[in-house]
Amino acid sequence: MKKENYVSLEFPSRSANESFARAAAACFAAQLDPTLEEVNDVKTAVSEAVTNAIVHAYPDRIGKIVMRVALLEGHALEIVVKDWGVGIEDVEKAREPLFTTGNQERAGMGFTIMESFMDTLKVRSVPGKGTTVTMRRKIARRAGR
Amino acid sequence: MPVTCREEGRTLIATVSGELDHHEAKAVMEELEGRIDQALPRQLTVDLKGLTFTDSSGIAVLLRAWRRMGQIQGSMRVVGTPAQAEKVFRAAGLERMIRFE
Repeated sequence: MKKENYVSLEFPSRSANESFARAAAACFAAQLDPTLEEVNDVKTAVSEAVTNAIVHAYPDRIGKIVMRVALLEGHALEIVVKDWGVGIEDVEKAREPLFTTGNQERAGMGFTIMESFMDTLKVRSVPGKGTTVTMRRKIARRAGR
Repeated sequence: MPVTCREEGRTLIATVSGELDHHEAKAVMEELEGRIDQALPRQLTVDLKGLTFTDSSGIAVLLRAWRRMGQIQGSMRVVGTPAQAEKVFRAAGLERMIRFE
């Protein structure tokens, strides 16, 4: 699908960047004139994807995360969060609600929330090489625009 | 830290404000558990009306407080949940376990 505009951000896997990443994605998405609920949905999904990369991809070191936000043809948003961390052995299992390899600070609901707040969610992962999460969400055209 | 606690009789009232994500979750959990263990309240009221954003980290924080209150035979309720947080909690089915008012 043709990309009409995009932004790419690289940052280290520090938890202070979670709020930065979701705010940046929300700012870029503003070009589509989303409703507050749509912006919040995107922010929530981005927060989950970036937190996963910070907590699970790099459990014992600081590594690189790249987030790309793109406007697609048809008034849609695509968000890609990529890391070069440990990868996921069993993606199907990781996507199940309540499954987590994290400690008690994690609820195991990250992928469930990404799935319910976005239209599509694709997870590609190679153990030892890293993980790429791709999410898409159509933003409704509002009357008079 | 986005949580402050006060006691009213045997009720512990925890007010969470600002953004509660993974970056903040550990400190909030520790503060909440510490205050529960100290006060041993009959009821914990978590007031979320000043919460501007949360994600699954908020689910983990509420579940942990709920379990701790269960261990001391206390109850827990959550009040003032904003729309964004409510949608997150609903996606996890949290309302089946925790009382939202």
